[in-house]
Amino acid sequence: MAKQSNEKVLEVRHLNKKYGETVVLPDFNFEVQRGEVVVLLGPSGCGKSTFLRCLNGLEEIQAGEIKLNGQIINADATKWHVVRQKIGMVFQSYDLFPHMTILENILLGPIKAQGRDRLEVLQQAEKLLERVGLLDKKEAYPSQLSGGQKQRIAIIRALCMNPEIMLFDEVTASLDPEMVREVLDVMLELAQAGMTMVIVTHEMGFAKAAADRVIFIDQGQIIEEATPELFFTSPKSERAKKFLNIFKFNEQVS
Amino acid sequence: MDFNFMSASIPLYIKAAKMTLDLAVWGILSSLIIGFICALIGYYKIKILDKIVRIYIELSRNTPLLIQLFFLYYGLAKLGIKLEAYTCAILGLAFLGGSYMSEAFRAGLEAVSKIQIESGLSIGLTRWQLTRYIILPQAFAVAVPALGANAIFLLKETSVVSAIALADLMFVAKDLIGMYYKTTEALVLLVLAYLILLLPISIFLTYIERRVRHAGVGN
Amino acid sequence: MQAWGISVLFEGQNLFRLVDGLSVSIRIAAVSIAFSAVFGILLGVLMTSRYRLIRYICRFYLEAIRIIPTLVWLFLFYFSLTKILHFHLSAEFASDIVFSLWGTAEMGDLVRGAITSMPKHQMDSGFAIGLTKLQVYRYIVIPQALRRLIPSAINLATRMIKTTSLVVLIGVVEVLKVGQQIIEVSILKTPTASFWVYGCIFFLYFIICYPVSLFSKKLETKWQQ
Repeated sequence: MAKQSNEKVLEVRHLNKKYGETVVLPDFNFEVQRGEVVVLLGPSGCGKSTFLRCLNGLEEIQAGEIKLNGQIINADATKWHVVRQKIGMVFQSYDLFPHMTILENILLGPIKAQGRDRLEVLQQAEKLLERVGLLDKKEAYPSQLSGGQKQRIAIIRALCMNPEIMLFDEVTASLDPEMVREVLDVMLELAQAGMTMVIVTHEMGFAKAAADRVIFIDQGQIIEEATPELFFTSPKSERAKKFLNIFKFNEQVS
Repeated sequence: MDFNFMSASIPLYIKAAKMTLDLAVWGILSSLIIGFICALIGYYKIKILDKIVRIYIELSRNTPLLIQLFFLYYGLAKLGIKLEAYTCAILGLAFLGGSYMSEAFRAGLEAVSKIQIESGLSIGLTRWQLTRYIILPQAFAVAVPALGANAIFLLKETSVVSAIALADLMFVAKDLIGMYYKTTEALVLLVLAYLILLLPISIFLTYIERRVRHAGVGN
Repeated sequence: MQAWGISVLFEGQNLFRLVDGLSVSIRIAAVSIAFSAVFGILLGVLMTSRYRLIRYICRFYLEAIRIIPTLVWLFLFYFSLTKILHFHLSAEFASDIVFSLWGTAEMGDLVRGAITSMPKHQMDSGFAIGLTKLQVYRYIVIPQALRRLIPSAINLATRMIKTTSLVVLIGVVEVLKVGQQIIEVSILKTPTASFWVYGCIFFLYFIICYPVSLFSKKLETKWQQ
């Protein structure tokens, strides 16, 4: 996939994150080119989700800098709510607002946070809904949707803000197996359409198919970084081999 | 039972019921306002103010309304703060109810999950927009049954104001017993009056509570 | 003289008399709390009965007690019952009855809540490891139900202590009545007496109820984990 340019959308230098005394990310360096799809892998508790949350200011960082389009976004004067409009994020748990219809969920950010024209946003939202086959659910409430449908809406809600980059934090982890596919398909389509994405996932097949680059993290540090072909066929580090072995076993069993 | 006496007394009870309702409405409204403000102060941990709110809530929750009323009406008067019984009653109900309402709102606020707040933040909402569009609507839905229960509680508590000479339902019943010794008649009418006031509200609230629970807000 | 209004509390036996007055309503509260604990548990268990009729009767009792203000119940028992039964009930005894009936209703509802909030799989997993029904209750249901119940039961106790202040309105001589007597005696010498006396009673209630509520909150947070 040669779609990405040499333009850095996101750049992270010497990021340090601690919870009290516990160091989660000692010194993290990372960058993403426009149009690139990066998958973060690693055992649970390795700090990959925390890293994603640092990127849009949901976690405070202790040192380092984060640049979006070349601009430092973690300064004291940062208006995070403005920055976050350019960073779409989808979480593991279904995070739709239960008191709003699907359409209201999607429109809230663009209209209230970005101050965009309602009609314009509505057209975009309906187009997106149609693309994922959920246009008929626009007046429904989240409680009337399945887990997979909710996650697809959550993705659209983030997309409708026209973000520079999308972050996915284990979005299929709490879904029933038969619904995982429908969500991953939407993500794969997005990746092919050239969206810049950083994805934390445990779906190895999806990682293979969608990623331009795989980063393996353990104990807050990048252990290995490679193309998916290389990483999955011949991982260099012992820890990555062990990690992949566990998944192979799981796949055989299931 | 003397039914002629009872029917003759009905207008007195209607007048008194108006007083009871009047006090309850103002007491409940001011409790809601005080409670709402206190809950927000506590929830957002606003410095100093949250300490004051804490003290107020403990004072209010750990003392009886009757004593609060006596202190306001008879106690403060001697310091030159002369309040009318009517004002005192509403102040007392607001002082008592404010803390109850605050705890109800607070429980609603706490029930808004972290993930909801983070999702709101990730779509770029400001603190204020987050509060206005995500936190308050969800908190309110969760708080409704408790707020309603508190409203009934306060309506019942108004029966205490007769002690500072306000002509509410309780006062009329006492008056009739004192003047005519028609104890049974006066008390039967009293019970009926409270039932007429409280039953519809109570039934309505049970209905609301069921609806809220089925709405599935906050998972 | 005005500046020294607080001295009214320390004149003669005044403070002691106030505390003594308070002990009257506390005694009523204590008696009714004891009765409510016993009968409340019984009512609560009955409220989870398999028989619909029993559940309905219990529910009716609870709602009937709840819908009428406690003060009205006091009047009903003190004035009406005396008249109907042709037997003079002392105000204190009437208070004991009313607060026991009320406490039993509220306690019953708490017990019912504690029992029904127990997830069914908790009992099932008890049976699954081969416990008898008695053992399941002894080791699984009751300990968990108690943890849910005790903090709210303590809360109910403070509510009962506070509400017993109402007994003065049917003529029980308790702290408020004693306060009024003190004020009447000292009103000429100390015009601000009522401020200090009622302030003192307010404070007395607070120092009794506050530690109890604090304790219940502590238990609640401790057991919630």
